[in-house]
Amino acid sequence: MRRLLQICVSCVPVALSLSGMCLAQVDAPPPLTGLTVADKAGDDGRALIVHWDATTPPMQVWVSRSLGDDERKSLVRDARVDAAAKAIAAGASKAEAEAAADAAERAFGQDAERGWTFVGITESADGVSGFELSDLPEAAQGFRVRAQASRDGVRSSAVESAQPVVTESSAFFSARFPLMVGLAVLTITIGICVRSAQRGNIPRLRKIAALDAFDEAVGRATEMGRSVLFIPGIQDMTDIQTVAGLTVLSRVARTTAEYDATLEVPTTRSLVMTAARETVQSAHFAVHRPESYRPDLINYITDEQFGYVAYVAGKMVREKPATCFYMGAFYAESLLFAETGNSIGAIQIGGTAEPSQLPFFVAACDYTLIGEEFFAASAYLSGEPAQLGSIRGQDIGKLIAAVIVVLGTALATVGAFAPEGSAAAAATWIVGALS
Amino acid sequence: MLKRTIPLFITGAAGGILILAYFSPATTNWGEVVTDWMNTLAAVAFILGGGNLLFVNLEKISSKRSGWAYALVTLLAFVVTLAFGVLKIGAVPNAQFPATPWAGDYESVRAPFGWVYEYVLSPLTATMFALLAFYVASAAFRAFRAKNIEAILLLGTAFVILLGRTAAAGILTGWISPEGPFAFLRLDTMAVNIMQYVSTAGTRAVMMGIALGIAATSLRLILGIDRSYLVND
Repeated sequence: MRRLLQICVSCVPVALSLSGMCLAQVDAPPPLTGLTVADKAGDDGRALIVHWDATTPPMQVWVSRSLGDDERKSLVRDARVDAAAKAIAAGASKAEAEAAADAAERAFGQDAERGWTFVGITESADGVSGFELSDLPEAAQGFRVRAQASRDGVRSSAVESAQPVVTESSAFFSARFPLMVGLAVLTITIGICVRSAQRGNIPRLRKIAALDAFDEAVGRATEMGRSVLFIPGIQDMTDIQTVAGLTVLSRVARTTAEYDATLEVPTTRSLVMTAARETVQSAHFAVHRPESYRPDLINYITDEQFGYVAYVAGKMVREKPATCFYMGAFYAESLLFAETGNSIGAIQIGGTAEPSQLPFFVAACDYTLIGEEFFAASAYLSGEPAQLGSIRGQDIGKLIAAVIVVLGTALATVGAFAPEGSAAAAATWIVGALS
Repeated sequence: MLKRTIPLFITGAAGGILILAYFSPATTNWGEVVTDWMNTLAAVAFILGGGNLLFVNLEKISSKRSGWAYALVTLLAFVVTLAFGVLKIGAVPNAQFPATPWAGDYESVRAPFGWVYEYVLSPLTATMFALLAFYVASAAFRAFRAKNIEAILLLGTAFVILLGRTAAAGILTGWISPEGPFAFLRLDTMAVNIMQYVSTAGTRAVMMGIALGIAATSLRLILGIDRSYLVND
């Protein structure tokens, strides 16, 4: 009797859990309806837009697509290699391994499910019933798309697009059109200002203390008989800051060549070293002192960020350069350089377009070129009418940007009080066009 | 003539193609070709850089210039690491192809190359990075001296941000109701407001200037207005 009672008691939880499972069983949601697939317009032919009828209640939608040409080839190759490796491991001959690989390829072609790849899951609710498939590979036959609704972990049967859709490339990226217009306006403005300056209408620039201090800084190093250290950032020539840094280096090198001061340029990239050598050599030629050019003072150190810091900081402490220039792209090492330079009493001029590093240069350097000043440095120092004219064009561009900002802010403020009004719509259009 | 014309043409063509490739899908491949050329040049220049490193350090050692011992350490580290990596010395055998030494994993910490990276380079890098904390303290000490009105404003702002980001904010101004009319006087709220509005506005202004500066500098180089990097005739 006791035994029977024990069995009954132990069966109760099992029965309860089974009944709970039955109660928790959820019906699969109905399949999606109205599935359409279309090529995305105004792109590089690598995106599709998928739409379906809005689902009620909200649910998840799983999206898959057919494989691209290269994806299919890669998977077929993998299947062949796996089959051949297994055959060889089992002691098969080369011919038998080839046959196994061929069989695997045929099996791949016959298995329809292997021709699909999962893309992602999206939430489908009222008003949200679409998905963008981006970064698509090449597919000569186009893509088919499959979608499944999912609710509480249970998926509906899959719905497939009726026909494969071939993606097409547009002439221009439509999303980048506003930027193209902006660049065209800026280019034309700069062109007009350059022509105007070449005809004698040279703009007057405000004094930039950091640039005016260049001669004084190099002169100080000459008087003290110490070197001038120039750091062109830690990025490669692909970074415009490095290029801007080298244009500044050109001016510094001219001054050091004229004063017969020693200029040292340690670099983190070998291409920057090559470009820096060319730049400094050009500067020495320009002031008719080619004999004073020393390529051995422009060296490649290492690509490693902190390895470079260790070298430069050590060099600063040992050799105590009188002047240090930091012109280029800098990250965490900016303060390490600037504080080391400060500790040895060097006069320091920093310039970068990394907003996060500017406070460090401001705190630790004697002079700092902030953002746009850094890019204007070469033109400012050259004094050439054409280059100075380009700075005026840049300023007009800034004025246009400021007008757009003020207009956008005013429209957004008015739009906040009347979200349905035209001001809100205009503010949204500006944000959309600029983002 | 050639020393100016050809570089100017290359700069203009490469810059123009990259701009066009950004806006037109039809020319994206051209942009990729230009980038490939750039990478090829960088690879060749890397050999030049490695050669330069060897030459400079060997010269320093042979002439026994000051600091030649550092050059020796640099040279040894360079040669040994290069040998470990290129020759795959002591690489961990590949499970799939155990009989092929070249298929081994040289980046594993059980291989000399991976070991050097993990237990020599990484700790040295971390040590250099850790120095930053001390440099931040010394720079802040100097920057926050109340020498004039601007410095006092800077000091006051920094003081509010520092307190607002710590437990001190709750201790000092926690008694002010976050829903009340004086909620803006809470240190944590002030810190957030300064960062969100004042700091962000300033940063965006700088960013706009930088963006225009980049565009103008690029145009100067592409159109050949700025030729400071070229050899004069």
